[in-house]
Amino acid sequence: MDMASIVRLLPTPEAHELLELAEELAEKELAPKVDDFEARGEFPREIIRTLGRSGLLGLPYAEEFGGAAQPYEVYLQVLEVLATRWAAVAEAISVHTLACYPLYYHGTAEQKERWLPSMLGGELLGAYCLSEPAGGSDAANLTTKAALTDGQYLINGTKAWITHGGVADFYNVFCRTSGPGASGISCLLAEAGTPGLNPQARERTMGLKSSPVAQIAFDNAPVTADRLIGQEGEGFRIAMGALDSGRLGIAACAVGLAQGALDYATGYARERTQFGKPIIDFQGLSFMLSDAATQIAAARALTLYAARLRDLGRPYSIEAAKAKLFATDMAMKVTTDMVQVLGGAGYVADHPVERYFREAKVLQIVEGTNQIQRLVIARSLAKG
Amino acid sequence: MKIVVLVKQVPDSGAERNLRAEDNTVDRASANNVINEMDEYAIEEALRLQEAHGGEVTVLTMGPQRATESIRKALSMGPDGAVHVVDDALSGTDALGTSKVLAKALERLNADVIICGAESTDARGQVLPHMLAERLGVAALTGARKLTVDGSQLTIERQTEEGYEVVTAATPAIVSVWDTINEPRYPSFKGIMAAKKKPVETLSIADLGVDAGEVGWAGAQTTVKEHTKRPPRSAGQKVTDSGEGGVALVDYLSSEKFV
Ligand SMILES: Cc1cc2nc3c(=O)[nH]c(=O)nc-3n(C[C@H](O)[C@H](O)[C@H](O)COP(=O)(O)OP(=O)(O)OC[C@H]3O[C@@H](n4cnc5c(N)ncnc54)[C@H](O)[C@@H]3O)c2cc1C
Repeated sequence: MDMASIVRLLPTPEAHELLELAEELAEKELAPKVDDFEARGEFPREIIRTLGRSGLLGLPYAEEFGGAAQPYEVYLQVLEVLATRWAAVAEAISVHTLACYPLYYHGTAEQKERWLPSMLGGELLGAYCLSEPAGGSDAANLTTKAALTDGQYLINGTKAWITHGGVADFYNVFCRTSGPGASGISCLLAEAGTPGLNPQARERTMGLKSSPVAQIAFDNAPVTADRLIGQEGEGFRIAMGALDSGRLGIAACAVGLAQGALDYATGYARERTQFGKPIIDFQGLSFMLSDAATQIAAARALTLYAARLRDLGRPYSIEAAKAKLFATDMAMKVTTDMVQVLGGAGYVADHPVERYFREAKVLQIVEGTNQIQRLVIARSLAKG
Repeated sequence: MKIVVLVKQVPDSGAERNLRAEDNTVDRASANNVINEMDEYAIEEALRLQEAHGGEVTVLTMGPQRATESIRKALSMGPDGAVHVVDDALSGTDALGTSKVLAKALERLNADVIICGAESTDARGQVLPHMLAERLGVAALTGARKLTVDGSQLTIERQTEEGYEVVTAATPAIVSVWDTINEPRYPSFKGIMAAKKKPVETLSIADLGVDAGEVGWAGAQTTVKEHTKRPPRSAGQKVTDSGEGGVALVDYLSSEKFV
């Protein structure tokens, strides 16, 4: 079982061609380069530009703004393919797509016409600034402030854990424009290079080492009022809507990551012999692979089910929470087991499974920890 | 500027390839068929010329029906349209016959510049550009690692074992390129979609005024009498390093002309 033998249910012939293109890019651009970039912790900006030129940075958005008008079920399978080779690149596309969400769904016609085509065009990269040092899960209590005077907001405060901090071209900044709680939050679309928007030193992360994460310190950073997305006070609702979609992206990354680990470990288990036969012939070992394959298939099905609800315009946020929860917990379990399949070889950087293992961990944390996903699901159950 | 790129569909050189037992020709039916690798560089170079000097890029392919896949793939990179010469009578055609057919098609296309790969990965003869130049009466600028255009003057750096030669000619001319010339772009999703709507003209040999007897098995001037499998790789040469390993390594590299 490897990626090529996954039977994909895709809605159109063009979706098959898109998946083939993604496969080609993954094979030729990502697979040969991932180890080197991860070892050096270098962000693959040019590679992401190459993917952008192929149209991968605007897949689920309308053609009129330069997108590819693909349904989520297709976009997510592209992410999955990329994540089998290089999770940081798949995550970069997922975060960028998330960062285009507020303007796409809440911008005015004029704002969209002005900024969306370049944001979706492949050359630019976005960041999404919600978390803060004092508040990640409890995002509604964020403290970064934006005060409006003379047609511009001045932003003050600090955002934390910002993926693409320092390399992004634009930043969605969720900040407090009035009183406490969710209703005092607004969304501003700031450009990189805004004076007083200061990316800090990169975090030293456990995995996704090629993906830069940093705090952004705002020191009287001016953002003109025409860059307010939605109305004042709508920011929290916008942020949560974006995360519903973003979580599907993270789920797809988890599925791809786990698939990559399974493919590698399966190949290893066929080759490696102990006690005179390939280790895959030992049931105790091969059942780990069977369980992994089954869990991956289930996570993929759940993720695509949530995506199909979204594509049909049906409520999907609870299903997205379930998919994110299940797929990322699955990826953690599967990548842990795939390290086990390789034995000592699984623990060293000569094989990619230790990388997959480190990468899986963060997926349980970002875009709402898995505790928060459970909380979302539990609330919906309590409400009945 | 009118640019024609020659594109051939070949069996994937990365996979196991075979000749057919019955007629010693390349087994294309069972192979994964792709665009000849070097032709992707030719397409890229054509597109760069177009971007710099305007004009039109047309893909020209001679090959069986299923070569349309490769034509679409080529078009998804950006060319404007394609001409596909397809005819049952072409089965078994050798290089000379191929050059006859392609020359006829090229006469109709009136190209200023014809660009092709320096060789195809299935036959590796490197003869076609020269044959075409001869038949068309145009200059052959072959084996280019760099191409520049100044008005109607073409200049290439012709790659040689030792270095390169600078060769110039006026248009119309045929330029064959090596994979050192550029880095081919990937198709874009939009390009893939657009390629479906681009015109692909199909021509038979009758359309080109070529007789069935001049091509195919009947017209072939060369035949492959027999073939054998490539012998398995022989074991490499092992040097045990007892202090002289570096010298042995350099000796080997220089004997193979790597250094
Ligand atoms: C690599 C990386 C990239 C990131 N990228 C971004 C980004 O681009 N943009 C962005 O805005 N943020 C980003 N984040 C931040 C991420 O979303 C937060 O780390 C996450 O939301 C958790 O917040 P926190 O770290 O403050 O943890 P806390 O909120 O302090 O949580 C600590 C622990 O408490 C648990 N917990 C908290 N509340 C509850 C509760 N009510 N019930 C049960 N358990 C609870 C959590 O699940 C967690 O286990 C990124 C983080 C990382 C590590």
